[in-house]
Amino acid sequence: MSSLQMPKVDDVVMSKKDKIASDLCGIINSKNVLSNPDELRPFETDGLTAYRQMPLLVVMPETVEEVSQILEYCNENKIKVVPRGAGTGLSGGSMPLEDCVLMAMGKFNKIIEIDYENRCVVTQPCVTNLAITHAVQDKGFYYAPDPSSQIACSIGGNVAENSGGVHSLKYGATTNNLLGIEVVLMDGTIAKFGGKAMDAEGYDFLGLMTGSEGLLGVITKVTVKILKSPEVVKAALVGFPSIEDAGNCVAEIIAEGCIPAGMEIMDKALTKATNDYSKAGYPTDAEAMMIVEFDGTEHEVEAYINKAKQIAEKNNSTSLKISKSNEERLKFWAGRKAAFPACGVLAPDYMCMDGSIPRGKLAEVLNEISRLSKKYNLAVANAFHAGDGNLHPLIMFDANDKESLRKCEEFGADILKYCVKVGGALTGEHGVGIEKRELMCEAFNDKDIQQQLTIKVALDPNSLLNPGKVYPILRKCAEEGRVHVHGGKTKFPDIPRF
Amino acid sequence: MFMEEKQNSQTSLDFNQNIFKPSSREEIIEIVKNCYKKNIPLEINGLKSKNKIGRNFQSEKTLDLSDYKGIIDYKPEELYIKVKAGTPLKEIIEELDKNNQQLAFEPNDFGYLFSGESNIGSIGGVVSCNFAGSRRFKVGSVRDHILGFQGINGKGETIKSGGTVVKNVTGYDLSKLISGSFGTLTVLTELSIKVLPKPETSKTLVIKNPHLKKALDFLGKALSSSTDPSGGVFYPDYFGKNFVLNDLTHDGGLTAIRIEGPINSVDQRLNRLSKELSLLDQELSILDSEQSNIFWSRTKNLEVFKSLKSNLLRIVLPISETLQVIQKLKSFDIKYFIDWGGSLIWASFDQLNTKILSEIKDTVKKNQGYITLIKVEEDLKASVDIFTIDPIKYKISEKIKRSFDPKRILNPGKMYTGI
Repeated sequence: MSSLQMPKVDDVVMSKKDKIASDLCGIINSKNVLSNPDELRPFETDGLTAYRQMPLLVVMPETVEEVSQILEYCNENKIKVVPRGAGTGLSGGSMPLEDCVLMAMGKFNKIIEIDYENRCVVTQPCVTNLAITHAVQDKGFYYAPDPSSQIACSIGGNVAENSGGVHSLKYGATTNNLLGIEVVLMDGTIAKFGGKAMDAEGYDFLGLMTGSEGLLGVITKVTVKILKSPEVVKAALVGFPSIEDAGNCVAEIIAEGCIPAGMEIMDKALTKATNDYSKAGYPTDAEAMMIVEFDGTEHEVEAYINKAKQIAEKNNSTSLKISKSNEERLKFWAGRKAAFPACGVLAPDYMCMDGSIPRGKLAEVLNEISRLSKKYNLAVANAFHAGDGNLHPLIMFDANDKESLRKCEEFGADILKYCVKVGGALTGEHGVGIEKRELMCEAFNDKDIQQQLTIKVALDPNSLLNPGKVYPILRKCAEEGRVHVHGGKTKFPDIPRF
Repeated sequence: MFMEEKQNSQTSLDFNQNIFKPSSREEIIEIVKNCYKKNIPLEINGLKSKNKIGRNFQSEKTLDLSDYKGIIDYKPEELYIKVKAGTPLKEIIEELDKNNQQLAFEPNDFGYLFSGESNIGSIGGVVSCNFAGSRRFKVGSVRDHILGFQGINGKGETIKSGGTVVKNVTGYDLSKLISGSFGTLTVLTELSIKVLPKPETSKTLVIKNPHLKKALDFLGKALSSSTDPSGGVFYPDYFGKNFVLNDLTHDGGLTAIRIEGPINSVDQRLNRLSKELSLLDQELSILDSEQSNIFWSRTKNLEVFKSLKSNLLRIVLPISETLQVIQKLKSFDIKYFIDWGGSLIWASFDQLNTKILSEIKDTVKKNQGYITLIKVEEDLKASVDIFTIDPIKYKISEKIKRSFDPKRILNPGKMYTGI
């Protein structure tokens, strides 16, 4: 495990563990307060498994009132709280702190209302993303954002991270598909932002909370819009002799005015690994492979697929296969969706990065990634949501080898810095969490970060809700030691600190 | 490494004037810093197309951003445009036209309502108000198209959030927060906005139908169908005559549904939609692309309320509540039309006073909606709330306002007393 330092542990809180547990048992059913190590173990990490920390206690509230009372109690007693949904996050957003009460929202697992007339679903936050679609698909509806982890990730977690997915290109990320939330602030205030009527007046707290990574409130109810399933969906599998050709093809398809439902690229290494893993029928001899999917009515899809085909041919495509049935289309995707497990074959561990870049810079950034791969002597496989410029380089390493992990972290940081340099962003959809915290100053200056921190302070003056995540070290907090230290050295020493 | 801000460069501003018209960011910073230091409230204006919306408030000085304009960067292939906040929307639209692109959120042109002629305003104003046009239910609101911004907070500090790429979850999404904040959080200086290709064609199915209930039924079915409409409105009988178009064969009440996309697909979807709605040939007209654009442009411009003297409300509801609310509102003398496929009502009232207004507000609130007073008489404006807010949200808004503008100098009281 890498030695990432977190906010200073509060010894008073640590010493009062039993008292806190007993107080919490007075607020919620005592079977929902976990305190012995065996019970806490499952909560020590989230999807960013390189980092682990046992929490002080775990609480599993069942109602919004309980959430409110627990937060109010923790606020009054200056106890840190880390909220957690399904624990599938990839940036360590719900990694516990040693002295925290981890609020596991798993019992909020029911869909409250399906409202076809207003085309929305009201649900508790720990319902999985895919369960929403399952609940409405018999009437021909679905929920559009589809992160790869949709079978397991919770809708509340999606809101906290503003999750995207392969179909964000056409349908937007969580923030664009959300109508309302109920959220509990650190002082216990239960607030409702948005609802079934669109664009609630006043400050857009719905937008502010979405993607705030559990730093501003705990989500207890979510209203999402649902869409009518498209009548026809077709995908094309296209091979290219070079990444440049694939990148140019993507940029041209978008510029031509066809917005696909999804457009993905994988490099040769990943194409081969996923094909071996899932037998998806990919062109394994191609240097880059693209999956492009269109949805809509029959004529619409036909028109767009033809246009995409012409553009691909113009950009030297070496193979092109159009799905003839829904089964075949799903087979195309099966490989892409299995990209992460397939990498398990290539190395003991991998770190999934999540930079976002202008589409036109795809080839340039890929060349840089392959240069860095040689520099660090770590293999990398690349998957991209190419249509919206969201990269997922998967760096292969061995977590048991500390040197390998250190190189992997530096490699990842170099990729993200390069993304920012070409006009992109540190994270497209996985969030900052603890993983990219130290890189925030690549994207923002002192004033930008201070402005964001004053918002945090306005809603959580004692910084008790998920502290140590997202934001780098404040100058005044430097003595608290929230700096990633490895081998006695500060992580990213060339970055200015606050 | 970030660029050092040029906040220290001095300009030759005269602080005795009451209206500042800066043309550089340095000047804006200096003005705000000065006002911060001296506790001087500032009214922020762009092209004044919507400055009558919102509460009246005391301000000593005016910050007129109409000279702070220009396109900074437009990358059609990357689908974004970066502009200075005072840039007239007209200029942006003309530039996008050259590349057959558009702002998909179709902002309302309030010029017809307030001054009898087009004045769609500046991009900063459009973002600050967050009023989206007819495509709202399909493409989202103005806020959904803001990729990033730069602004000056109430202390005179330059802040930014977001960028120019579509997918970005780095830090809090302040672009959402400043959208619809009516200039009370920052003086916007730059905006990066998502642009989209114009659809190949756009046609409109117009159904001859004066009945509200039937109209809502048509709209509900259309929006829940896989024909994927991008606009849905209902105009009652009294507004039908406002739409004299070659392809429109009657002048009574109408329900209109827009379909956009590749030409073959549009025809196929229109055909399917009229079957799904069980329409007879004599009940419908199809507007071709040109006439369809005229029709939706008139809707976006609120042209049926052109030069309306007063009393226009904007009411947003869940679609399921619209029928009930309008039936109740009919006890007052109202004229209205419905946009957003059934969830947005633009309603003018013959008479409006505090008592009537409070009844309307109760009704709308009970039905999970909200009201914005768009145009009301000055006397009334002084004595009622323009926007709707609940006490919890008010308390949080106060805190957020302070975090951006601790001395309350940016449009203080424009939205709510004390904010």
